Amino acid sequence: MRRFFGNLNFTVGFILAAVVVAAALASLFWTPYAPNEMNAAHRLQPPSLSHPLGTDQYGRDVLSRVMVGAVNSIIVGLVTVAIGFGIGVLLGLLAAFFRRFIEEGIMRLCDLLFGFPAVLTAILITAVLGPSVLNSMLAIGIFYIPVFARLTRAVTLSIWQRDFIAAARACGLSETAIVWHHVLPNILSPLIIQGTIQFAVAILAEAGLSYLGLGTQPPHPSWGRMLYEAQTFLGTAPWMAVFPGLAIAWAVLGFNLLGDGLRDTLDPKMTRLR
Amino acid sequence: MSEALLSVEDLVKHFPLGGGIFRRPRAWVRAVDGVSFQIHQGETFGLVGESGCGKTTIGRLVLRLMEPTSGRIFFRGQDLLALRGEELRRMRRHIQIIFQDPYASLDPRMKVERIITEPLRAFSHLGSRDRRKRAAELLERVGLQPGDLEKYPHEFSGGQRQRIGIARALAVRPELVVADEPVSALDVSIQAQVINLLQDLQEEFGLSYLFISHDLSVVDHLCDRIAVMYLGRIVELAPKEFFREGPKHPYTRTLLESVPLPDPHRRRPLRFPEGEVPNPIQPPSGCAFHPRCPQAVEPCRRHRPSLVHIGSGHYVACWLNQEDDVL
Repeated sequence: MRRFFGNLNFTVGFILAAVVVAAALASLFWTPYAPNEMNAAHRLQPPSLSHPLGTDQYGRDVLSRVMVGAVNSIIVGLVTVAIGFGIGVLLGLLAAFFRRFIEEGIMRLCDLLFGFPAVLTAILITAVLGPSVLNSMLAIGIFYIPVFARLTRAVTLSIWQRDFIAAARACGLSETAIVWHHVLPNILSPLIIQGTIQFAVAILAEAGLSYLGLGTQPPHPSWGRMLYEAQTFLGTAPWMAVFPGLAIAWAVLGFNLLGDGLRDTLDPKMTRLR
Repeated sequence: MSEALLSVEDLVKHFPLGGGIFRRPRAWVRAVDGVSFQIHQGETFGLVGESGCGKTTIGRLVLRLMEPTSGRIFFRGQDLLALRGEELRRMRRHIQIIFQDPYASLDPRMKVERIITEPLRAFSHLGSRDRRKRAAELLERVGLQPGDLEKYPHEFSGGQRQRIGIARALAVRPELVVADEPVSALDVSIQAQVINLLQDLQEEFGLSYLFISHDLSVVDHLCDRIAVMYLGRIVELAPKEFFREGPKHPYTRTLLESVPLPDPHRRRPLRFPEGEVPNPIQPPSGCAFHPRCPQAVEPCRRHRPSLVHIGSGHYVACWLNQEDDVL
């Protein structure tokens, strides 16, 4: 533990991320107001004691909506990384294991995915499947597959050359057992680091898609959607934009720093992966 | 002579260079180019040569960690290369390996107990308590503490790690151990300890070694018979006494002369083989050693000498020793 908290990046990132997670967890049980409760008498109120972050054009409490928005962002981060990690690591392992045609096929498929402009494809996917959080998560998750596949293949290939793999083979382990017991534990830390960083990127991406109206649908609160709604009132009620914006920056910074700190502590030899 | 434990016949391994799925390889590296030898029960067979001569590749081929291009390998009369799947897996317990690099050969994420018991998991029906007991015994046998089972490889020195590697290799009581430069990564003082350990274990378990090394003094100390390799081929093979009395191949002679004598009163000018080892992609014509050979004659440039028996188990591949037939 001391190893981790001796690292400034990790410590700051951990604290920032912990605040986001804490806010999200708290919102599951308690928010100052119901996040979707409208109150015509309290429209567009500036921050005050009763509404610490102010209210929006329907009189909804911004603090409550930012808190619930955190849940949304965390779920998006978890699900997209899970999609990318699950499929990407599998493909990367297959590529490293079978080499030749399978490797070539998988890696070219990854190039193809990388070649598409992410936002345009996300728009395409949501246009076809209809805008929703689920579809935007799917769109982001698909773009994570090549990120994890390439990383997994690269790290696996370097592990694969090591003598302890040959030793395991000489010890009569099956290839599956070698992958499971020797390869996976050794490639896990770069993958976890990458996952943390992709988590941050996903929060930003979901905010972007929701801003465009392709992600989370109203009235469910999402940080990106809140920014979109706030732009009409930017002159009269800037708090409507400032606080969700701060929340996005806070969470993205937090998870990025956390990833950087993890990399520094877990893999001192590895410099930049992205 | 008794039946050979391991018999290698005309083993060839060529590695493709360049090329891809749709392209043919640009060239082939002839790492091992027609090697034959036998190892008998309880024997230590030394394989020496400069780096890049193919000795490590032979070790890997014998363990079936690589597939040869051609040739045959027999273990107790059984064709190793014909084995597939479960048969191959079961055969593996009889042949184990000790690696050169004690840092790369132990999984950094596994505790020592797991490392040593891994072959037991694969090959024995021992329960976890018995496996642990066996692992503790093995650790003690190689000179470590049973308490070390709980440690990770990075907590040990190079020599200690090599001992762990030896314990792993011996866990399933193999008959043949391929020792691939097991001491060349260690300090000289540690080298002696590990070599003595290997000798003690050989006596205790009746092991046979295929001992691969570039260090002639180590090989001379440990081995019963020695094969000298040059560019993927054996150029001389003999019981070690012959190497002391008088090697026949010019390459072996220069190799021996390049070993410093540890005696200040018996000075001898050190001589090293001239020039670099030729490119194994395009080995020289005829005898591969002729460009560096001080005694090369005309046929050496044109015809490759084969390994010929010149008596008492001494084999040489050199025209100078078979001049009657050719010159």
